[in-house]
Amino acid sequence: MGPSGDNLIEVRGLRQILAGQEILRGVDLDIPRGRTLVLLGQSGGGKSVFLRHLIGLMKPVSGSIRVEGQEIAGLDERRLEPVRRKIGMLFQDGALFDSMTVFGNVSFPLRERGVRDEGLIRRRVGEALELVSLSGQESKMPANLSGGMRKRAALARVIISEPSCILYDEPTAGLDPIVSDTINRLIRRLQSHLQVTSIVVTHDMISTNHIADRVALLRSGRIHFEGTLGELHSSPDPIIRDFIEGRSHEID
Amino acid sequence: MRFPYSFPLTRAFSLYMGQAALLALETFASILAGRIRWRLVLRQIVEIGFGSQAVVIVTGIFTGAVFTAQIFFQFNALNMSTAVGPVVSIALFRELGPVLTGLMVAGRVGAAMSAEIGTMKVTEQIDALRALAVNPIDYLVVPRAVAMMVSMPLLVGECIFFALSASYLVATRILNVNSVFFLHHMEAYTHGKDMVMALTKGFVFAIIVAIVGCQQGLTTRNGAVGVGRSTTDAVVISSLTILMVNFFLTMALNIIFPAGQARY
Repeated sequence: MGPSGDNLIEVRGLRQILAGQEILRGVDLDIPRGRTLVLLGQSGGGKSVFLRHLIGLMKPVSGSIRVEGQEIAGLDERRLEPVRRKIGMLFQDGALFDSMTVFGNVSFPLRERGVRDEGLIRRRVGEALELVSLSGQESKMPANLSGGMRKRAALARVIISEPSCILYDEPTAGLDPIVSDTINRLIRRLQSHLQVTSIVVTHDMISTNHIADRVALLRSGRIHFEGTLGELHSSPDPIIRDFIEGRSHEID
Repeated sequence: MRFPYSFPLTRAFSLYMGQAALLALETFASILAGRIRWRLVLRQIVEIGFGSQAVVIVTGIFTGAVFTAQIFFQFNALNMSTAVGPVVSIALFRELGPVLTGLMVAGRVGAAMSAEIGTMKVTEQIDALRALAVNPIDYLVVPRAVAMMVSMPLLVGECIFFALSASYLVATRILNVNSVFFLHHMEAYTHGKDMVMALTKGFVFAIIVAIVGCQQGLTTRNGAVGVGRSTTDAVVISSLTILMVNFFLTMALNIIFPAGQARY
């Protein structure tokens, strides 16, 4: 089976064991090109762990991960670099470099890719910050930003190098509904204007309804459901219903 | 070889040695491949080298002073007070200068490296580097290692210079040793090879502090507690390693540069 033209990433039989616990028990998932796939699941259920495999930050115990047809599961750090230039990742708390200003952070990927023209760097950083509504915050240190601003600055750092795919680790967790909405709109805009493939790990149903083209539900280390938003909402499966409606079945 | 592995301590030790050796190997491979970010190296030299001077100078002055006084008290009883100069000088060049500088720098710089890199590790900044296709060893470890290898020999030299100056002042101004004899004997017994030994040791200790500090930082886990633990470990491990390696270095270097005779 060759790489299918419609899928940017194809994951097969992905297994991961952490501290003696099998977190992922054979995940199979296709990530369609140019679409937004939302990966739902309970906290601590291995969603973030799964996401980290897609960019080679973690090595699977077994299984295959193909990015544009190229197997990345066994690659070493240096050979992962070309793959990582195509895929951006937004970390849960932003993971801004706290020794640099916002400008230093956002310009970092450009400088590391050999851009030396200061005028061009300044212009590109300005554009990226404008896109995330952070214009004028260039000289602030990450420690002086709020959680939402830090996340948006981190997103500016991701989009400045124009990746073809962005991985979002809980992009709206811990943000107020208005900032969350800004982030959701931004994800949508990047997808519709730049045809960015997005994989969003979240347990936020409002966000899911807003941005998802396809939805997958990770449960007990496997993909329990995969389909469109409509299919998710019309599913009679009690596990999916509990998740959508937020029921825990615990006795009060 | 099952037996040694059944001891958890042996296992942890082998694991640690393996990780540190791998890091050292990767670091040197990067340096040899020319993946050196000179701007970062310069910044680290300012931070590590320039910033450590006060600590190293004070260490040098008071070690030189107290060592001179103690040697004088013993030697004066034997009417050998002018031998204080060569004894202090040889001891400083061959052992005290490099070892004390190494220990002070391990405390100051090793701790800082491990705390900074460790904090970056637990806040996902190292993963962010990797996700941005930047190799953390090239970006974090190589500049620190290069800066250390440049700075340490200079710091050792500085430490010894201030120690000898203090020694001269204490001996001639406080303890009334004849300054002409003091300097003449010191110069006669101190050779170029003693200085080479001091600088060689400084260079080796630089590698130890940099690799141990960065290794501790890169393997940090468990948030703030973990950062504290790796910082402590970085200082303890690099200090002890310096002391142990120093013995073997002394034995090996003494074959190449045997302890010398006076030149009269």
